[in-house]
Amino acid sequence: MKLTIQVNEGPYQHQSADSAYFFTKAALEKGHKIYRVFFYHDGVNNGTRLTTPPQDDRNIVNRWSELAKEHDLDMVVCVAAAQRRGIVDDGEAQRNGKDATNIADGFRISGLGQLVEGAIQSDRLVVFGD
Amino acid sequence: MSNAKKMMYINRKAPYGTIYAWESLEVVLIGAAFEQDVSLAFMDDGVYQLTKGQDTSGIGMKNFSPTYAALGDFEVNKIYVDKESLEERGLTLDDLQHLVWEDEDEDWAEKDSIRLVSRSELSDVLADQDVLFNF
Repeated sequence: MKLTIQVNEGPYQHQSADSAYFFTKAALEKGHKIYRVFFYHDGVNNGTRLTTPPQDDRNIVNRWSELAKEHDLDMVVCVAAAQRRGIVDDGEAQRNGKDATNIADGFRISGLGQLVEGAIQSDRLVVFGD
Repeated sequence: MSNAKKMMYINRKAPYGTIYAWESLEVVLIGAAFEQDVSLAFMDDGVYQLTKGQDTSGIGMKNFSPTYAALGDFEVNKIYVDKESLEERGLTLDDLQHLVWEDEDEDWAEKDSIRLVSRSELSDVLADQDVLFNF
């Protein structure tokens, strides 16, 4: 089955950020296709490489980056939600005159249309959030 | 529209307090460009999103409620409101904005967008969808 995953909650605050990861990983292991993982609301905070969790805790951001690298995942951070919350890539830094970037490996910033298009192209949209 | 998917946006949360309602509306507005068979549902505290006379001046947030009135112009004209959710909160249809759309096929006649449905009717509508966006 072809799936688009929507992640609505931030890392460490809410278990749905973990559940989304475990579900995506399990779906891939079962042979399903992940068309896209879309990060929305506070979910965009899953895509900042500046997180430094304690060493004995899981690294949620790196976990996504590694999964993306292994499976060539398309991980999209919503631009409108990202701008509000300070998730920045090179293009956004340039456009909005920011002095730094923080997007993690494997993530890209794009529009909400990517969520809608993902829902249209996939057999299922699976949403993780409150 | 034969290849269009039935896409429903479910709104369950109060308009302020969290950003879900506003960021849901942003998806609806962007999604309208994809020419799908779109509908919205408002249930639980989500029914407060449609109330008229919202005033956010005391909380320093943008009052985005006028945007709902523009949905008809985006051909988003199937807005289901859960009757029980209204009743549980002491609200009636009169407490909500009067949302309308213009029917191109009937000489732009103005029609109501809001469909007041019971919880069990809403459950049938949900079961009929291809995609559920849940906010």
